[in-house]
Order: sequence, then structure tokens, then C-alpha cells
Amino acid sequence: MPGGGRGVGQVFSGFMLNAWTVATIVAVVAGLVGFFVVLRGAAFVAHAIPNGSFAGAAGASLIGVSTIVGLGVFAVVGALGIGLLGRRARSDVATALALVVMLGLGALFLSLSTAYAPEIYSLLFGEVLGVSSQQIAPTLGLAVVCVGALGAIYRPLLLSSVLGEVGEARGVSRLRVELSFLVVVALATTMTVPVVGTLLIFSLMIGSPGAARSFTSRPGRAIGLSVGISLVTVWTSIAASYATDYPVGFFVGSLSAAAYGIGRAWSVGRERRKERSAGGLAFGGAGPS
Amino acid sequence: MDQLRRQVDEEILSVENVSVRLSGRQILREVGFEIRAGEFTGLIGSNGAGKTTLLRVILGLQAAGEGRVLVGGRPRSRRNPLIGYVPQKFLLDPDMPLRARDLVGLGLDGHKLGVGRPSRTKRALVDEMLRAVDAEDFADARVGQLSGGEQQRILIAHALIGRPRLLLADEPLANLDLRSAHEVVGLLSRISAEQGIAILISAHEMNPLLPVLDRIVYLADGRAASGTVEEVVRGDVLSELYGRRVDVLHVSGRVLVVAGTGDEDSLDDSAGRGRLEIVS
Repeated sequence: MPGGGRGVGQVFSGFMLNAWTVATIVAVVAGLVGFFVVLRGAAFVAHAIPNGSFAGAAGASLIGVSTIVGLGVFAVVGALGIGLLGRRARSDVATALALVVMLGLGALFLSLSTAYAPEIYSLLFGEVLGVSSQQIAPTLGLAVVCVGALGAIYRPLLLSSVLGEVGEARGVSRLRVELSFLVVVALATTMTVPVVGTLLIFSLMIGSPGAARSFTSRPGRAIGLSVGISLVTVWTSIAASYATDYPVGFFVGSLSAAAYGIGRAWSVGRERRKERSAGGLAFGGAGPS
Repeated sequence: MDQLRRQVDEEILSVENVSVRLSGRQILREVGFEIRAGEFTGLIGSNGAGKTTLLRVILGLQAAGEGRVLVGGRPRSRRNPLIGYVPQKFLLDPDMPLRARDLVGLGLDGHKLGVGRPSRTKRALVDEMLRAVDAEDFADARVGQLSGGEQQRILIAHALIGRPRLLLADEPLANLDLRSAHEVVGLLSRISAEQGIAILISAHEMNPLLPVLDRIVYLADGRAASGTVEEVVRGDVLSELYGRRVDVLHVSGRVLVVAGTGDEDSLDDSAGRGRLEIVS
């Protein structure tokens, strides 16, 4: 393996320290936001927003603006568009339409670009090992905003996600909750795309919380576990990528899927154990918590 | 609780001449009735009669084209703490990491911003509500994995924990087996009596409710007749409401509302076309 001969000591030195720092921040935010993405059944939206925002980066590089600004603008506008269109139409159709419009623009921007920008290409798969120290501050800033916003809307978001109409009757507007949440997804996307890429942020946002919900029936613990699984996935992936020179994305994707698979197997095993201990009687027993 | 007792005669809900048109169709026509504290009222009507629309108007989820709704003597506002709402049965994700007790807790503070800290007071209140609906045995189970009747009880606890004066329940007996339906009716009736909470429950089938109903609001084609069961569930009253002849039959303790399906003014079971239709 090409990178196999590197010293272990270097894995925490110099540019690698930036990678660990930024990846850790990204993993925490993805695990946290992802819990609600899975709870709300919004996986398609979590796929569409980062992929569509890629067009913003292409547009930004065309007019000579920082790609992160382009990403942010497209992510937020796309998220609001999905939320507002989804009010009247089926939300999966609205999401798909927003995605194709943005991808279409991305194709146009790329074709207008005189120079083929490898920077844009790296946005698809991320470049965590190439993260510079200047990226740490904006990543941390956006992370604080995301976590703070989720903390602020936590209870209405939970209520609205589970019992939308009941929440509405108690003054919790579903539209306002949806739009706030989508903006959080957009901000999370903006900060994470340059690191793990548009194609892979999705796997962190779905794999970790999808696995976590199998192990606990408590929302607070599921969120904590989701963040934990996300962190282990990202750290392991960076170490493995450093050691092997295979792309980080490969490891993030496979490990997320593996975590989810283990979670499902655990769920099935728990059902079996419950059936056995209940002696075939059907009554609502407590899950492991 | 003493305060509640003193206000037993108070009008909790007053629906005055409410009419609603939705995309060109007249859903409700000049519907009016009152509910007093502690009363158990059934909102009865077949599918499409306007029950859900009426409940949505009372909840403030649907604007009334004409007429008004007063809650506790005041025009109803959004986020009205006087009203608790138990939605129609729907499917909860069985894998969702949310215990029955978490859902009940959201009834208390789910509308507030922030994460909220666990407190002894809140836990005690949640336990009390779980006890009130006989849900202690499955309090720690995932709410999505409970049976229909169990979920219904959790949703009732969720609605009750905010100490409403009026509990609205949309078809809580639909999709429940006979035994669970009986349990839910008994539970609601007990809560109404013990806590002085008025209850308005919609149903397309009135028989399971007849033993506990103080009053009935009968909806047909968007029009309503209200009063005690004896006053409303009569051939002449319902015939006028339906605009055609219907009969009220008492068969071994059950009430059947029947109408001929033809245009004839009378029941006719001789021809094949004129079969009896059981309306409710």
C-alpha cells in the first residue's frame, strides 16, 4: 500500500491536526442534525441540499467569489425553496425539482468556467486531508450556529416532527419549524461539504443516527450515540485513509453503512430476546434504555 | 380542582353559526352548539359529514368563513391552553427513539423553545398522567411499537397534561377493536367526571358512546342538530337534518339510523333498489 510506510507520529502533526479538528467538528454537527433528518424522514432533502449547493460553488468560482459563499447561498435558498414549495405540493417532488434546478445551474456554471476547477471537483468528494488552518474558524463558527439553533428549537422540532397537527393546534407552526430546520441543514451542509464532500455528508447524516436509534429508545441518548458513531466513523476513516492512501470518502461511506447494518441486526436481536423473555405473550415491554 | 368544580356550569365552548366553504364545496352550514364544563359530548356523523372540519375550526387550524367560536367566553386564539387535542389515529414510526413517557412530556412543554431540563416536578406530572390513562406498564416502551389502543391512551395523556378544560378527540375509536374502544370510552368518561374536563369526541358510530354521552351534536351534510341524545336521535329531528325520511330504530339496546337509498320518501325494502342503508 502506497502510504503504508508513514510514521504513526505524523498522523497528529502539522496539516493532519487541521484535518482532525475540522473533521471532529463536522462529525458532531452531522450526527446531531442527522438525528432530526432521520426522525423527520427527510433523507432526500439531506441529499438534495448538499448536492444542489455544489452548483453555488461552481457559480461562485465563475464570478470570482469564495466558493464557501456560493455553497452557503445555494444551500439556504435551496432549503427555503424546498420548504415553501413542499407546502402545496408533495414534498419529495418539490425536493426533486429544487435539486434538478440547482444541478442544471451547476452544469451551466461549469460549462461557462474557462478553467476546469479542480477545487469544484474536490467539493464532490471532499478533501479532508487538505484542510487548511484558515478553514477551522469558519467551520467552528457555523457549527456553533447550527448547534445553537437546534438547541433553541429542540422541543418544538421534536413535537412537530412526531405530532405535527397537535403541535400546530398548540401554536407550533409546522411551516416555521420546517423552514428553520431546513436552514440548519443548509448551514450544516455549507460547513461540511468542503471537508467530506457533497456526496458523503449525506452518509454521515443518515448512517450514524440511523444506527443510533436501534440501540436506545430515548431521544437524548439517541442523539448522543449518533454523534458518537459519527465521530468514530470520521476518526477511523481519516486514520485508515492516512495509512492506506485510499480516499476518506470510501471509508466514511462503508463505515456508515456498516454501523447502520449493526444497528438493524441489534434491533432484530432485541425483538427475538423480547419474544423469548415474554414467552410469546404480546405486551409492551421496555426497550433497552 | 376546587376551582374547576365551582365553574362547572361555565360555558367552555360556544360555536355560533359557523359556515365553512372549502374549494367551492359547502362543508359546514350554520353550525351552532355549546359545551359546558365537565360535559361529555359526541360529535356524530358519517364520513364526509364535516366532523373533522368542525374540529379543525374549533382548534383554530381552519378559519370559519362565517360565524365564530368562543373558548372560555373569548374568541379562540391559536395556542389555546384551554383545549387539548387527540388527533385521529395515524402511523407512528415503530423505530423512532421516543418512549411513551417522552411523548407525554412533550404535551407539557413541547411548544416551548430550548432543550428543557429534566425536573422532578415534570417527571411526577408525567407519571401522574401515565397513571391516569393506565399506561404505566408501557411507559418506557417505544411509542411507535404500542398497539392502537395503547397509543390512543398515550395521546390522551399527552393532551391532558397541559390541564385543558376541553378535550377534543378526533375519531379515537376508529381502527380499535371492540375491547380497546370500550376501554378508551371508559377512560375518557372517568377523566371527564374526575377532573371536570369537558370532552368532545367525534365518531361515525354512536353506539359505543351512548352510555356515557351527556349531549350529542349530530352532523349530516354540514348541518348540525344538538341536544341530549333523547332530543336529537329521533326520527323527526334527523329526517329534517338529512332532508329526507330516516328512521331511528332501537334494536336490542343499540340505536340504528336507517334511510331508504332511493329518492322515495318512504322506506321500501320490497324492490332490490330500495335496500336499507344504515346511516349511523
